Parts: sequence; structure tokens; C-alpha cells
Amino acid sequence: MTHKERDLTVSSLARVEGEGAMHVVIDGTTVTDVHVQIYEPPRFFEAFLRGRKYTEPPDITARICGICPVAYQMSACQAIEDACGVEVDEPIRALRRLLYCGEWIESHALHIYLLHTPDFLGVDSALDLARDHKDVVERALQLKKLGNDILTAVGGRSVHPVNVRVGGFYRAPTRRELQALSERLKWARDASLETVRLVSGFHFPDLEVKHELVALKHPRDYAITEGRLASDRGLDIPVSEFRERFVEEHVARSNALHGQRADGGRYLVGPLARYTLNYEQLPQVARDAATEVGLGKECRNPFRSIVVRAVEMLATCDEAIRLIDEYEEPERPAVPVEPRAGVGHGATEAPRGLLYHRYELDADGVIQDAVIVPPTAQNMGAMEDDLRRVVEANVTLRDSALQHLCEQSIRNFDPCISCATHFLDLRVERR
Amino acid sequence: MAARPTLAVWKFASCDGCQLSLINLEDELLQVAGAVQISYFLEASSATAPGPYDVSIVEGSVTTAHDRDRLLEVRKMSRKLVAIGACATAGGIQALRNFADVREFTSVVYAHPEYISTLDKSTPISEHVAVDFELRGCPVDKGQLVEVLSALLSGRRPNLPTYSVCIECKRRGNVCVMVAHGTPCLGPVTQAGCGAICPSVNRGCFGCFGPMESPNAAAVAGVLRSTGMSRLDLIRFFRTFNAGAPAFEAASRLEEERDGSAVEVSA
Repeated sequence: MTHKERDLTVSSLARVEGEGAMHVVIDGTTVTDVHVQIYEPPRFFEAFLRGRKYTEPPDITARICGICPVAYQMSACQAIEDACGVEVDEPIRALRRLLYCGEWIESHALHIYLLHTPDFLGVDSALDLARDHKDVVERALQLKKLGNDILTAVGGRSVHPVNVRVGGFYRAPTRRELQALSERLKWARDASLETVRLVSGFHFPDLEVKHELVALKHPRDYAITEGRLASDRGLDIPVSEFRERFVEEHVARSNALHGQRADGGRYLVGPLARYTLNYEQLPQVARDAATEVGLGKECRNPFRSIVVRAVEMLATCDEAIRLIDEYEEPERPAVPVEPRAGVGHGATEAPRGLLYHRYELDADGVIQDAVIVPPTAQNMGAMEDDLRRVVEANVTLRDSALQHLCEQSIRNFDPCISCATHFLDLRVERR
Repeated sequence: MAARPTLAVWKFASCDGCQLSLINLEDELLQVAGAVQISYFLEASSATAPGPYDVSIVEGSVTTAHDRDRLLEVRKMSRKLVAIGACATAGGIQALRNFADVREFTSVVYAHPEYISTLDKSTPISEHVAVDFELRGCPVDKGQLVEVLSALLSGRRPNLPTYSVCIECKRRGNVCVMVAHGTPCLGPVTQAGCGAICPSVNRGCFGCFGPMESPNAAAVAGVLRSTGMSRLDLIRFFRTFNAGAPAFEAASRLEEERDGSAVEVSA
């Protein structure tokens, strides 16, 4: 083969949330450099949180991401309640989990059908898909709508809910308001099972990743709103020790911080990690669906993350049905939270992975310091590594096909670049 | 058959929530997609068509020199340009930097501030280019978004209220949270559009839709003070997602200068 220099640019990657760029250098058949860069303009949340009141982070940090505001609200509440030494009542915990189920259903339906499925079917968008498969797209939209309706019923609004406060909620929904969602959720559970069957039939490129898988773990529940930090290599620590084990590095030319283990190792958060670590906590209906489509008890192929998301969507619909069945209006919608000087930690499972918050408060509850570690920042190392391997394994492909595969690999992560700090400028340079 | 009007959706510094509101039109999305040619909407489709576009929807604020240049290009390619959301119409939450030193902000968040290129201020779209319509909200209301799109496509002016949240609250039959419970509320000076969702959950309005037409912010500040709000709390109240909207900015600066000593509240 003759030594050939090729330079290839895609100006922007679509169907991701946010703006970023990718740069791959190929020398002959060897990938010599891979960079995922974030161009999303910085917004400095951690800086302007300083000087704000302890009651404000749920509303302010929600604005980091319009796709997963509840994740920000829940991690923020947990961290501040931790700092103030407050535990919320059990019915409030259950209501928070229901709200979070709404966000998972909305976000997973959006990513599975509107952002990711077009890759596997070779179309540009779900709207193109609607021409030949209108029933599938309508199912997707109804699933997404149901997720949004749960968010509205519990949170008062789907994007940036208004009903969440430190300590609980401003107003607890009535049993009747929630029960109106139950019948639709039963439909959604069936529709999610159909989703699992549909997406498991796609063609998946071979890729087996070795990243350390990190997720929250809870003895009873498929961890979403709370748990200990666990990994497939034996990590088992309270959330408060997050920063002792995980660090963020500021990489040149990027407006995101890239996460890694304190010892320099790469790790992965999100659906693959959750599923592999918490398979036993999935409801029976979700495990049955996984078995039916041959998913196994663990999954390390990032291209199959779409199947895991579908199984998770099924699990969350089932969970939401249970939570609504068992719902009793709490005696009080929130527990009082008095400020005190101290530090608090919070971590929950955003649809795309672990989201950590830490706040330091003074005695009046004024924020002295804030740290927010979003899932996409933690996954940057894994994303670059996957890209490198995908390019290496497919280096003989034409540029356009290789580019498509790279974009698909990035979408495997359901990256939220708005979170990690849009504009994925994809560039492959061949030397 | 006449060609369908072309639509483009652009993102600047923002959370994606306002363009998500477009995708959240689950019952209308396929209809909207039938009525217009979606030529550029990266979050929804990898197919893009070159401009010019009949309507551009712009989300986000301008915070970098690169984005300022990009916006000028977007304007050139667009017959009508609509700015949507608090970021695009007032600078968003990231306009809190306008009250602080952005270099200090950068060093709080990033280990290598020298890698970061950013402007001192986060500014609305209208500060850089002519805007045909501004749709408020953090996030925008999807019903209002449909009204704006329908109006523009039929060549009429969008019919949206410019009165305050108080009117919506009265329509819903809510008890006034400020009068009845002493809960601080920005409803009297905030533009309607959300449906008074906060007072409906027993919470005061916190100003997502920005200032109404001719608000009396000074009067509301007086009432807020009588609920027991401290000066700093009052400044924080006016300085959230629409901190850069002129009426809210003036109210917070007035509060800052009230006892003669300026205080450091980026916040």
C-alpha cells in the first residue's frame, strides 16, 4: 500500500446534545492520535454558585442540561441535605424516584429512537424513519410524551421542573393525579418490550470494552436516586469518597474536564455499567426481556447500549407503575432543612451515567464552593479509547463509512456535551 | 405544489432545553415536520441543507468571539430569525458573569484558564443582530412555540401575552402566595406564558419568563422586603435566568446600591 495522506472533515456531528469535535490521525494503518474536544462554550456554573443560597442549586443546576434537569436537581438536593445533616421521609424518596423514572423514560425514548436508531437503519433522522415506519415513530413519541407527563405531574414542568426543593417538594401530587398515568404506563411497559425486541435485531459491530465499569449500587433497587459507588473491580465506597478515587483533568483545547480514576485508569459510567453491576436488581419483567433477546447478565459492547437502554426503559416503566400503586400522599411535602456549616456530597444516575455534586456551605447556608462532575466528562477517556479501537479495526473502510462508524461510536455514549460543558466537528486525518 | 418553507435551528451557549421543547411537541412534531422543510436541526437530524432559510430559531446566548461571528453568518442566511429562551433573549443564567470578573470565574472551574477562550459578558442575540421575534422562558413554553411558528409561517404577528403572571394566576383561581402566605413572588413583574405553574405548587414565581412589559420592579422590591427578604436575597432573586434582562438587572443594581456600598454578588 502506498503511503497516502488523507484529511477528512465533517463540520458537525448531529444527534448529540451539545457541541464538540473529534480529531483522528491515521498513519498508514495505525491510529496515532485520537482527541475528542468540547467546543461548547463554558458557562461557569461552579463559579457562580459561590455566594448563592443553599436552597438555590436545584433550580440553578437544572439549567446545566435541558435533557436531564432532574438528575441535576436530585444530586444537588442530596448533596445539600447531606451537608445540612437531613434525611428525607420515605414517601419523599419514593416520589423523587418516580420523578426520576419520568426523566429516564423521556431521555431513553429520545436517545433510542430519535438519536440512535437512525444510525442502525441508515437514515438521517427519526422524521425520515416516519415515512416508512410511522407506527414506530409514533410509539417513540408517545413513550417520550409519557415520560414528560410524569415529569409534569410530579415536577410541575417537564423541562426544568419547578416543584423540586431541598428537603422534598413544594406540593405533593394527589393519588388521583398520579393514577391517571397508570394505564398509560402499562401500555408503555408493553411498548418498551417491543422496543427491546426491535433494537436487539439491529446489526452490532463487534467491540468488547475493558474499561472499569462504575455505577451506583443499591441493595434493593436498580440504583437511580441513591446508592454506594461500585465497580466491576471491587470498588465499594460511600459517595462522600468520590473525589478520593476519581479525578478530573483539564485537557488542552477542550472546554470539558476529562475524568479518570485517581490512579490514572479509564472508567465508564452509564447504561453498560449499571446493567452489568445491577442486573440482579432489575425487575423480573426486564430480566425476562433481556433473556429473550439474548443480552446476557452483563454487556460490554457499547454498540449494544441501545438494547440496555431499552431494557432500562422497560424496568423504569414497571417501577413507575409500582411506585404509583403504592403511593400515599405524604404528611408533609418536604422536611425542613436548616443550614449549617459543612460539606455535603450527592450522586445519582442521570440517564447517561453517574452525576456527582459536592457543596461546601457556611453557617448561613451560603455556598462557598461547588463541584459538579457530569457523566459525559467522566466518559471522555472511554470515548476516545473506543474511537481508537473502532478506527483501528476498520481502517480499510472508505472515509465516509469510517466517519459514520465514528459518529455512531460517539452516540453510543448518549453524550451530553452541554453537560460536559455542541458542534461536534469530526476530522479524520490520514498520513 | 409550492415548496415548503425551510426551518433551521441553531444553538449557542445554552442547556438544549428550548430546542428540546420543539422535539417535545410529541403530538404535533410529525405535523410540523410536514408543514416545513427542516433544513438544519443538528440535534434531530444529521441531514443538513445549505441556506438561505425562511425561518431560523436560535437558542442560547453569545459568550465567545467564535459564536459572535457564527451568529452574524446565521443572520445572513435567515429571512426571519426568532430568538427563543432566556439565554437568547437575556443572556441566560451564564450572564451572572456580567456581574463578576470572568477571569476569576475561569480559574474557579478550570485548572488551565489559558486554554479557555471566552467573552467577558454573556449577551442576548438581539445585542448582535436584528431579531424578528423574541420568545421568552427558561425554558420556552411549547404551546407558545407552536404559536410563534404558525404565526411566522402564515405571515402574521405572534399573539402572545405581555401582561404579568398575576393574570394567569387569577385565571387559574390560585390564592395569591405573597398576600396569603408571605411567600416571595416575582409574578407581579414577570411576563405570563408559563401558566403560573409555580404559584400552582404553592411556590413563588422566580422569573423564568423575564420582565413583563413596563414592570414596576421597585414596587415589588418593596413588597418583597416586607416579607422579610434580606438585601442579598433580593439581589439573588432578581439575578437568576434573566439576570441580564434590563428591568431585572436595574432592579438588582438598585438594590446593590441602596445603602451606598456595592457588594460582590455575582450571585
